[in-house]
Amino acid sequence: MSVLLTAVATLGAIGAGSAAILYMVGQKFKVEEDPRIQEVQDSLPAANCGGCGFPGCASFAAACVKAETMDDLFCPVGGQTTMDRVAEILGQKAPVAVKKIAVVRCSGTCESRPRTNLYDGVSNCTIASDLYGGDTGCSFGCLGLGDCVDSCTFDAIHINPVTMLPEVVEDKCTACGACVKACPKDIIELRKQGPKSRRIYVSCVNEDKGGVAKKACEVACIGCTKCQQVCPFEAITIENNLAFIIDDKCRLCRKCVPVCPTNSILELNFPPKKDKPGTQKEETVTITA
Amino acid sequence: MENKLIVSPSPHVHSGDSIEKNMYHVLIALIPAFLIALYVFRLEALVITVCSVLFCVGFEYLIVKYIMKKKPTVLDGSAIITGVLLAFNVPSNLPIWILALGCLFAIGVVKLSFGGLGNNIFNPAIAGRIFLLISFPAQMTTWPVTAVAEATDAVSSATVLGNIKYAPEILPSLQQMFLGFEAGSLGEMSVIAILLGLIYLLWKRVITWHIPFSIFATVAIFTGIIYIFNPIPLYNPLIHIFSGGLMLGAVFMATDYVTSPMTKKGMIIYGCGIGFVTVAIRLWGAYPEGVSFAILLMNAFTPLINNYTSPKRFGEVVKNG
Amino acid sequence: MLKTFRIGGIHPKENKISAGKAIQKIDIPEQVIIPLSQHIGAPCQPIVKKGDKVKVGTQIGKSVGYVSANIHSPVSGTVQKIDTALDSSGYKRDAVFIKTEGDEWEDTIDRSNNIKREFNLSSEEILEKISKAGIVGMGGATFPTHVKLTPPPGTKAEVLIINGVECEPYLTSDHALMLEKTEEILVGTTIVMKALKVDKAIIGIENNKKDAISRFRELIKSYPNISVEELKVQYPQGGEKQLIDSLIRRQVPSGSLPISVGAVVQNVGSIYAIYEAVQKNKPLVERVVTVTGKDVKLPMNILARVGIPLSNLIEKAGGLPETTGKIVSGGPMMGKAIASVEIPVTKGTSGILIIPTLEAKRKAMRDCIRCSKCISVCPMGLNPTLLMNLTEYEVWDRAETNHITDCIECGSCSYTCPSNRPLLDYIKLGKGRVNTIIRARKN
Repeated sequence: MSVLLTAVATLGAIGAGSAAILYMVGQKFKVEEDPRIQEVQDSLPAANCGGCGFPGCASFAAACVKAETMDDLFCPVGGQTTMDRVAEILGQKAPVAVKKIAVVRCSGTCESRPRTNLYDGVSNCTIASDLYGGDTGCSFGCLGLGDCVDSCTFDAIHINPVTMLPEVVEDKCTACGACVKACPKDIIELRKQGPKSRRIYVSCVNEDKGGVAKKACEVACIGCTKCQQVCPFEAITIENNLAFIIDDKCRLCRKCVPVCPTNSILELNFPPKKDKPGTQKEETVTITA
Repeated sequence: MENKLIVSPSPHVHSGDSIEKNMYHVLIALIPAFLIALYVFRLEALVITVCSVLFCVGFEYLIVKYIMKKKPTVLDGSAIITGVLLAFNVPSNLPIWILALGCLFAIGVVKLSFGGLGNNIFNPAIAGRIFLLISFPAQMTTWPVTAVAEATDAVSSATVLGNIKYAPEILPSLQQMFLGFEAGSLGEMSVIAILLGLIYLLWKRVITWHIPFSIFATVAIFTGIIYIFNPIPLYNPLIHIFSGGLMLGAVFMATDYVTSPMTKKGMIIYGCGIGFVTVAIRLWGAYPEGVSFAILLMNAFTPLINNYTSPKRFGEVVKNG
Repeated sequence: MLKTFRIGGIHPKENKISAGKAIQKIDIPEQVIIPLSQHIGAPCQPIVKKGDKVKVGTQIGKSVGYVSANIHSPVSGTVQKIDTALDSSGYKRDAVFIKTEGDEWEDTIDRSNNIKREFNLSSEEILEKISKAGIVGMGGATFPTHVKLTPPPGTKAEVLIINGVECEPYLTSDHALMLEKTEEILVGTTIVMKALKVDKAIIGIENNKKDAISRFRELIKSYPNISVEELKVQYPQGGEKQLIDSLIRRQVPSGSLPISVGAVVQNVGSIYAIYEAVQKNKPLVERVVTVTGKDVKLPMNILARVGIPLSNLIEKAGGLPETTGKIVSGGPMMGKAIASVEIPVTKGTSGILIIPTLEAKRKAMRDCIRCSKCISVCPMGLNPTLLMNLTEYEVWDRAETNHITDCIECGSCSYTCPSNRPLLDYIKLGKGRVNTIIRARKN
């Protein structure tokens, strides 16, 4: 019996002693932290994707608490609802952000952009692009080796095995921007998702002269300026033989789409067009209105 | 040009070295020891070795194909080596079903559950042997009277290391041990056969001298120091080096690529560790033999050693002149 | 025991098929394309315009910035346009297109074959001439030579090392040059010794080029300050740091230049170009290119003007074999695989290697078996497999502390790996990233 008692007493004493030391150390080294940081962090999606520009959700939360206004802070994953909640906790107002989505600005499928050589290295776009221009005549286009796929934490971008081009899954993309950073060719861009996911963009980044670009890829932008001429909103710029539609100015009138001789301007999620060009104008106006 | 040119980063040539080549070199190096085992144990050795290899290869094939759902790579030779080494580490009269269990443990648990060749932490053959030794101590430590020993009228069914502790008067001569007809597991018979294998491996540059020689040196120095003060057979360094699984372990199992350190410094630390633990177990432990425990223990330290040793860099120490 | 460097190294099959072949001349095509960036550093500014008449040796590109080199016309004719053209990496870069008309040289250039031994110039005058002639390191790195021959303030060169190692398998252009222009190289060496104000020079040659070694040994008697050293064949002995270690047993510390141990290294090709620039006023407009490969009909060494398309050289060597799988500009260890043969010869083109399809494809990569062979062969004493993993998982701080930036990209690790792991591919990537991070930190 006494053995038992001794054991219990010793263990109890050790436990109590340790607890006391732990408590004292804990008190001594206690870090005063704004309790709101934890609160904000709890309302974040905890994806730690870095899409907000901070290393992770914890540092984003700290930045939110510290910041005076929330204008420059946005969690692309949580979106507007999360930001509203964070703003509520902090007693501020979240600015209304536009929902964005990643778009892949290259349509050079295996058919439209023939392979000119065979890449036999690691399946890694950065390594391939450091090595050379790529396995097609276009040294700007997508290499199809999937750095964007690897970078995505939301399983929202995949390489289509037929076209060998990445495709974005609209429902899953949070516009965190990881793929934009991962792409060594700067092909992926974050653009406004648009009403009913309707958007128009130039799906090409080739800066070669028209003839050279067209020779390498059937659907390359050749910088012919036709789209620029037809655009009523001055939303299209042409630089280095490449057209670009400015997100903020574009009103989705779709006039540029049919004039493009190489079909390099893509329109997504629009209802099919009527055949008559006359009626088309009316309709586009109703859509944008 | 019809054919598309291949483009890849440099270098554009390769030595032609492969996993298979290294593994088959090891198998070739194991042949002398196998021949001795055949001579000593006759058919039993053949049965145990063949069964063990078949079990290992078979389990690997089945597990990789049906559980891991990958393309089986049994022909890379690593499963064959595991099979041979495991067979070399058991008594020749071990029941086959026990052997099968050992193979399953070695391949299934120790190797494949970590991801297969290259990813395992412990040497599968060693871990398999220890698994059997702990689970079936009786079967694993009863050695048959060898055919050769029978012919020469000598009766010894305990190993040298077993006798050294408890019956030092019936030790075989060093010469006998060197040639190898003392009792023991299949592959640990002959020192000279294993040395032949070592020379082959060094010649083919499959392994470097660092691991085996640091093990030998540590064992020799450690027991040697004690032997100077207390010259009884238990402390004789030559007996320690020539007996039991030390040779086999130092040459074939401690040098396993996957579970040994990668830097030269690390290899020496690892070898010394094995030597030290082996002698400690042999002299003061409950088991007569400690090589496999020592290797297993140092396998566990390998990642740590890798982390704290780095190769000698160019220009690190500037020697002028 | 022959000398060699002390850490790592491999000995790939030498395959010097074109060894001992005399240097051939090649016709100049109707049009040449001269890239404005043939060196490490800032590209040149073109100083000619469409319609300008040029002669051989007329300057057409002006160096901008400190690390840069002039470019001269390799042919006489008319400038057609200044446009983009594919470079060896398949990206488009600015280049001058010239239509060839005859072969008229600038008057100042001495075209005779006589060896001119005497020179009476100061160190500054020599450097000036080298700089004007647009000479770059011709071993492949193409670093502007005048910059390399100007030691940074506070350092002093003690010894000049001439790199006649040519450790890359297959390549023989330096070898051919050493056999045919032996005396010129020795004169060039004395010129550079004068420029650097050193009184000692060592020519390092691997002992698979015994004929070149004995040629030098014959002639060296009249050059008391130059010695020739026979070296054991070991790759990558042609690497600057390795060669210094081999010859004078000094190791350049991590992140330092060879000058920190008092050595300056020059390739024999560059030395010959320096001889021509200083003694004959000839700018760098041509170089020796090895065209070789197992199935090439006539492997040979060609003296080619800059700007000639590689396809012309291949044609001269018997045309592209049917088995062609890969074409490499440079040697098999560090050369660059090219996607098109229409790219021009540049100052850094040391060879064209044509690899048959059977040998061109890489084998499938397997898991690392931690055999540590890559560590054993790394001439810089690095841990390639660790660096590859760190790059794969983007652990840049550890990659830096494990000296990823010391890598000389020799490829010994990938060459040796039994699991065919693309170690160097990843290390190059990591090295680039870590260098960017270091630069960003400094600013």
